[in-house]
Amino acid sequence: MEGPEEHSSLAALLDRALAGDGRSAARLMTLLESDVDATPAIMSRIYPLAGHAQVIGVTGPPGAGKSSLVDKLAAAFRAQGKTVGIVAVDPSSPFTGGALLGDRIRMQGRFSDPGVFIRSMASRGQPGGLAKASQNVVALMAATGKDTVIIETVGVGQEEIDVVRVADTTVVVLVPGLGDAVQTMKAGLLEAADVFAVNKADYEGAERLVKDLELMLHLGSSGSAWSPPIVKTIATEGSGVDQLVGSLAGHFDYLQGSGEYLKRRRRAAVAEIDGVLRGQLMSAIARRVPAFDVYASQVAERKCDPYTAADRILRESGLTAEGLG
Amino acid sequence: MRPIRVVIAKAGMDGHDRGAKVVARVLRDAGFEVIYTGLYQTPESIVATALQEDADAVGISVLSAAHKHVFSETAREMRQQGLDDVILFGGGIIPPGDVEWLEQQGVRRLFLPGTSGPEIVAWLQQAVSAQRASGSGG
Repeated sequence: MEGPEEHSSLAALLDRALAGDGRSAARLMTLLESDVDATPAIMSRIYPLAGHAQVIGVTGPPGAGKSSLVDKLAAAFRAQGKTVGIVAVDPSSPFTGGALLGDRIRMQGRFSDPGVFIRSMASRGQPGGLAKASQNVVALMAATGKDTVIIETVGVGQEEIDVVRVADTTVVVLVPGLGDAVQTMKAGLLEAADVFAVNKADYEGAERLVKDLELMLHLGSSGSAWSPPIVKTIATEGSGVDQLVGSLAGHFDYLQGSGEYLKRRRRAAVAEIDGVLRGQLMSAIARRVPAFDVYASQVAERKCDPYTAADRILRESGLTAEGLG
Repeated sequence: MRPIRVVIAKAGMDGHDRGAKVVARVLRDAGFEVIYTGLYQTPESIVATALQEDADAVGISVLSAAHKHVFSETAREMRQQGLDDVILFGGGIIPPGDVEWLEQQGVRRLFLPGTSGPEIVAWLQQAVSAQRASGSGG
């Protein structure tokens, strides 16, 4: 976005979105996803307004019932009179770039509720379980007045836990039958949980999974005053959802009462600035070093190694290695 | 160009979703971002979805003989919500004699049985790029 005309149309779009117009908000989300030039102006306007919402992350393996649970959570928050934003991320194909965004299938009860705004996002090649713009879309939902924003990750394995930097409270949804007790001791996903939901709790092995998780938590010595509660749910029937909502409220109270909220916000802020800086540095370098592609070819042909190439690119950009160090 | 976003929906009491799934898959493989709503949508819920998802196009599959109602009501709701720049298309079991009437209601294109995947892909790509070129900030 360049020039005064586009600038004023962006400002008008922001005005309308912040006054409650859903279509304008949806347009801004598209810009956040696809227009790096428009993003800074959008973010500087909405960021100060985005602090009041409780952001809940929902993550877990594919098919665990995340979308169904998000749907039931949204219904429960609506019953409390809160407005809800949902950001639902599904994977993009690394081969075609296409995506089938199917999280809405489980959220049909919310479609016609003006107090719920659902946005499906394709991961667009971003690793970590979220799309690159997910955090900014969450901020936009908060800034446009949603009291609670739920962010549902792609179905994750063990390591894609970027959601903890976006969410105040992270729910890890697990189901029985995915492995033995040692699985619960591994690093990664399970450490991300502020609350566990053992979904499909009517399936065989649910009690075993709860026991394994309890043991894992008992063995741990995180030093944290918060021990993640384990809530059994059957999302399709809504069973256990009230307890889950109670646990989320309990965690939010803990965050605010213990000072952990500010600590997390600070950690998240560092990660956010880091991400933006990397992006800006890379595009500054790409602008200043037209021969970037030449270096890429040399590395591909093993005529040059990536470290030497990076060093030369940095020198050529004027942002010398010495200067950065 | 940013990815084309398309809502694919089934409306009303119509459980025959195979065609919709095939189209969703074909579009996905052509690099589109397909928002699949699942079954039993209403014109209102389809349009609310298109609005929130900032979709370029909405495709509805109807095999229940309710095509006249579904398409005309969806087109009306789209106009009411200001989604005049979103392309409405569809397919299913639709008598050829109804096609002209449906197009007058605002359906841009109907794909009848026997249509190939590449045909739908090519038409949508062309229609969306024309729409984006004519639109304001598209």
